Amino acid sequence: MAVTAPGAPQTVDRSALSRSRAAAQGSVRWELLTQLVRKDLKVKYQGSALGFAWSLANPLLLMGIYYLIFGVVLQNGIPGFPIYLMCGLLPWTAFSAAVSTASGTVVGNAALVKKVRFPLQVLPLSAVGYALVHFALQLGILLVVTTLFRHDFSPAFLLIVPALGLLLLFSTALSYLVSALNVRYRDTAHVVEIAMLVWFWLNPILYQSSLVKAHLGSWFWLYFLNPMATVVSTFQRAVFVRDSYTNTINNQPGRALADPGYAFYLRNLAIGLVIAGLLFLLARRVFTRMQADFAEEL
Amino acid sequence: MSEPVITARRVSKRFVTHKQRATSLKERVMTRRAGTDGEFWALRDVDVIVGPGETVGLIGPNGAGKSTTLKVLAGILRPTSGEVAVEGRIASLLELGAGFNGELTGRENIYLNAALLGLTRREVDSMLGSIIEFSEQGPRIDDPVKHYSSGEYVKLAFAIAVHVDPDVLLVDEVLAVGDEAFQRKCLAKIDDFQQQGKTILLVTHSLDLVESLCTRGIVIDHGRVQYDGDPAFAVGTLRRILGTDRPVGAPDGPPEMGGIIVVGATVSASPAGPRAAALTAGQPCHLRVEVEVEPRRDGAYAGIVHAVVMGAGDIPIWSMRMPPGQVVPAVPGRYFVDFLVPATPALNGAFRIAVQVEEPTSGNPVTARTFDEVFWLTSGELPGILAVPASSQVTPA
Repeated sequence: MAVTAPGAPQTVDRSALSRSRAAAQGSVRWELLTQLVRKDLKVKYQGSALGFAWSLANPLLLMGIYYLIFGVVLQNGIPGFPIYLMCGLLPWTAFSAAVSTASGTVVGNAALVKKVRFPLQVLPLSAVGYALVHFALQLGILLVVTTLFRHDFSPAFLLIVPALGLLLLFSTALSYLVSALNVRYRDTAHVVEIAMLVWFWLNPILYQSSLVKAHLGSWFWLYFLNPMATVVSTFQRAVFVRDSYTNTINNQPGRALADPGYAFYLRNLAIGLVIAGLLFLLARRVFTRMQADFAEEL
Repeated sequence: MSEPVITARRVSKRFVTHKQRATSLKERVMTRRAGTDGEFWALRDVDVIVGPGETVGLIGPNGAGKSTTLKVLAGILRPTSGEVAVEGRIASLLELGAGFNGELTGRENIYLNAALLGLTRREVDSMLGSIIEFSEQGPRIDDPVKHYSSGEYVKLAFAIAVHVDPDVLLVDEVLAVGDEAFQRKCLAKIDDFQQQGKTILLVTHSLDLVESLCTRGIVIDHGRVQYDGDPAFAVGTLRRILGTDRPVGAPDGPPEMGGIIVVGATVSASPAGPRAAALTAGQPCHLRVEVEVEPRRDGAYAGIVHAVVMGAGDIPIWSMRMPPGQVVPAVPGRYFVDFLVPATPALNGAFRIAVQVEEPTSGNPVTARTFDEVFWLTSGELPGILAVPASSQVTPA
């Protein structure tokens, strides 16, 4: 007995250790997520001379074109249109990049999925992370530009926090959904691509939501069932402060922002968070149900 | 045995062949009925229970379900039915490579792979040097792995798998790719693991390796465990299944048929009596074999039962085969085949039974099973399998 006694607690330790290790192998960890995002960035920008700077080329080009056409040629009359445009375009690009990347992420990592046991949820999450890294950089530039244009930051800027939260939750939810669905139904990626083209126009990025309000009237709330419309308009409220009721847009009284106050945004954010939250629960359920068959279907 | 590390109970895995599966939304909408006829069972009621410190060789013919078993245990494939539980950190080397990204360098892949296995960056930092050293890549570690040869690939994969301090190591036929020097190093590492009481499951076609390295052998054929026990017996069982226990030129190994399962074999002293642990020479000996003829879409198969009594080292001692004209009918159901030996031969030692079912017209083996239970025969005091009465006399030379 004297010999076995010291051995007994060791076996207990060992099984506790092995349980914690099994858990580490099965759960989503920050460490792993950052590794995967780092990998994606490395693979994407490896060997290109400008490297990460390319990530700015796309939004900057879009911005230039939209500004020329909508601001200069069509004269939409939104004061400080470049900044208005960036406020909408940047979160939208982050969202659409996250979801599009996510749709191919499980299929694209087939080699890993089929050979290594790891928490598969990190794959759509890494797509979101990848888009967020780019977004953070672009957002930094937006803030610099805004400061250069001598925009004063108002307390409304704090609205950016819940808007970011909604953007993150909604992107994550859809990423879960499309990454799982695309394994079984490979059309998903194509559907996502087309959906994003249409969806872009459902957000007040190139136009003002007041124009939509003029058409929808008391049904205006329907427009904000789209969480991205809420994200975009809240970003505009947070960053874009040079606005007044006295603006004339297309010879009609109107304004660039959806609403001059706060309550409007907070209410929409709450609605958006509920929608995104429910979608997230559904999407995660779909993902965890389907993930067990990923290795087989790839 | 202490708490098992790997517990798989009654695990079955069905694959649906790809032709039948709706892979796009269009197909999903167009074909209402999900096809069920394009399916195949890769595993059926497989039990694998492995304790700490065991090194198990998983062997079987190609397509028998070995790799599927490993993937199910690794948690990569979900079993269609049954339970799987594995304790601790699992490192798996399945097929070639451990899921490396070709664009990343060897070093970056080390970090990525270790992160996937649940290690932190700091842990990897501390073992990076020894991983690189073990993988023998030297400065090549900073080249993208897409430029690696298959041997170099495996060296790196193995180096990572053994350095992440796994509790369970699953290896699928990858060691053969490395050169001999590296293979030796791997075997030494596996030896270390055995000393440390880690659990290793090895799929391999190298039967010598199973005999020399493993503490246990499991033979899988047609998705079923055909034998589980002593590695030498396992190898013998597989060689019989493969037909490689016979000289080249003898009839080919079992055709892909199946359809008949050997359920049991009981040696007894009286007809259909209880299992006998020991028999007496000269007395009658009965062998009852139970087989099941499975229903199949294209009709069941008939079979001829051929039982072999084997001695130590699986040496066949004598055979009993159903006479011409007698068959297990091609009608699904369970059948007993009883053999009677009127006088048990005067043998010494432990014996066991192997049963092979043969196709009636060609005589080719359809399925085979070797039973673990031994029975003893003791006739005489002297060593030797056969007790031969011999007289002697002494005369001046």
